[in-house]
Amino acid sequence: MAALAEKVLTRHVGLADQADLRAAAARGAYQTLRKALSTAPEAVVESVKASGLRGRGGAGFPTGVKWTFMPKETSKPKYLVVNADESEPGTFKDRLLMERDPHLCLEGILISAWALRASIAFIYIRGEFVAGWRTLGRAIEQAREAGLIGRDVLGSGWDIDVILHRGAGAYICGEETALMESLEGKRGYPRLKPPFPATFGVYGNPTTINNVETLAVVPAIVERGAEWFAGIGREKNTGPKLYCLSGHVRRPGVYETELGIPFPALFGELGGGPLDPKRKLKAVIPGGSSAPVMTAGECGDLLMDFDGLAAKGSMLGSAGIMMMDDSVCMVRALERVLRFYAHESCGQCTPCRVGSDWIHRIVARIERGEGTTGDLETLVSVCDGMVGKTICVFADAAALPAKSFVAKFRHEFNDHISRKACPFGAARG
Amino acid sequence: MSAPKVGIRLAPAGKGLSDETLRRIDEAIARYPVKQSALLPALWLAQQEQGYCSTEAQEQIAARIGVSPAFVAGVVSFYTMYHTAPVGRHVVDVCTTVSCWLRGSDELVRHIEGRLGIKAGQTTPDGRFTLRTVECLGSCGTAPMCQIGDDYHEDLTPETMDRLLETLR
Ligand SMILES: Cc1cc2nc3c(=O)[nH]c(=O)nc-3n(C[C@H](O)[C@H](O)[C@H](O)COP(=O)(O)O)c2cc1C
Ligand code: SF4
Ligand code: FES
Repeated sequence: MAALAEKVLTRHVGLADQADLRAAAARGAYQTLRKALSTAPEAVVESVKASGLRGRGGAGFPTGVKWTFMPKETSKPKYLVVNADESEPGTFKDRLLMERDPHLCLEGILISAWALRASIAFIYIRGEFVAGWRTLGRAIEQAREAGLIGRDVLGSGWDIDVILHRGAGAYICGEETALMESLEGKRGYPRLKPPFPATFGVYGNPTTINNVETLAVVPAIVERGAEWFAGIGREKNTGPKLYCLSGHVRRPGVYETELGIPFPALFGELGGGPLDPKRKLKAVIPGGSSAPVMTAGECGDLLMDFDGLAAKGSMLGSAGIMMMDDSVCMVRALERVLRFYAHESCGQCTPCRVGSDWIHRIVARIERGEGTTGDLETLVSVCDGMVGKTICVFADAAALPAKSFVAKFRHEFNDHISRKACPFGAARG
Repeated sequence: MSAPKVGIRLAPAGKGLSDETLRRIDEAIARYPVKQSALLPALWLAQQEQGYCSTEAQEQIAARIGVSPAFVAGVVSFYTMYHTAPVGRHVVDVCTTVSCWLRGSDELVRHIEGRLGIKAGQTTPDGRFTLRTVECLGSCGTAPMCQIGDDYHEDLTPETMDRLLETLR
């Protein structure tokens, strides 16, 4: 396990003038774009492939491999879509990059668009991120004026347009095909796959979609080389990574470190340990609320990377890590998680539309002390009816966490049912 | 993000969009390879002018983009940030999702409710504030927090919340 020697993604986020092109350029912004444009696009793809970079949006799919899915011989325009919808509960890393280092984001987007020979890069940013939308919008205008966006970028003969598109409040639009529908001016309904975006994306044209953080790290790979990147972290889980710490932790925030940092180092050293030193850590949601919950006991030797979390039955997801201490009622916590999914289901698939609402109502009822024996079995069987039966994985993202709470904290659910009340009383909301 | 659509129940003023907004909508249309992509941007422009997306504005947008008014209405209702009726001058959206909840968002909501004399989902009789609870706003490390109009307000306490509400006339 190799540590990260210096910050890569967050190197400049503390600087007040970093959103200004001149200041950013003085610190080296767009030098790597120049370098990339002087090589063949395929060289960038190869480099990203060799680096082992896996997507930072949630699924951890190898980025370079995804890029090779784009058709080579095609008369259709190709697009890059930047997923800046960041709506997974517990996640706030892309927002930091867009607000504080928009030119790093843009440079990554441009280099990646070049690698894909895309003619348009669409940035889909969630509607609530007004500050990031304005900052990125200004950065795009500055870059356009400087000839970094538009016709014949820096004399390369390559034309690229960048279109910043603002969402309007809908979690599901973070799902890649829902996002594309929304971008086309429709309701954000996920599409049936296949066809996949690489063959049938925005307007039916070949499209690659990546997360903001995924693209923002591409300049470092091109600049320092795939080997450097692959040397950080461990095999198949490489590179620098942003972690979002929230909940019962003393110093919540975004931390950049190597992928696969052990949980105790992340929570204890970077996060400063528990918020209330008299309390003990009880549970951790390790990858946004769609990730199955972990007990504190399971986190002792946990490596915070894709494979480390998958080995323990959870996932790194969006790296939104929520800490809960022993004051938390896990039934109430699950109620809060499931309320989100009950609200956000797009409603296209019956198991998801009905199931998300149903499991939320069961858990809310148990929490109020109105649960009955049999409720937990019903809950689990409704969850089983949701997994793997829908157009997108949203339904799984609601059902699997629910099952994990019940499996790992069953006694708390049973306590609520037998006492006909929440044993935690009104503690913490 | 799903949150209840709220608004004081005035009949939406029967007013179309200004020439300036229509011009900006045409600019948005010109930016995209396919006209319909400008629907969300157009609705944003309408809401910026009117405070919500009136039926008249939706009809004008439909005509410009080349879809039916019913189609536009269907899109509007999918997204929680578009209002279809006038709302308070300041819409206070308090996040109550997991990380904010762990940091006291429910107490904060109760505090604001007491302070404004309304429940979440309602608008003050003077039309000054609309209070809503919403899902994660991507600000979980600075919880609890709320969004008012374009701005995020983070690391809130009852005291800082009170001061904030004071400043909003
Ligand atoms: C319900 C749902 C919500 C999602 N939300 C986001 C999101 O907000 N941001 C994001 O980057 N990816 C999100 N994803 C993942 C995207 O579908 C897609 O996999 C990702 O943008 C690909 O980028 P990457 O390969 O760089 O990780 C979501 C997926 C699902 C199923
Ligand atoms: S699984 Fe749920 S969110 Fe996904 S398409 Fe079906 S109904 Fe919509
Ligand atoms: S949980 Fe409130 S901003 Fe994310």
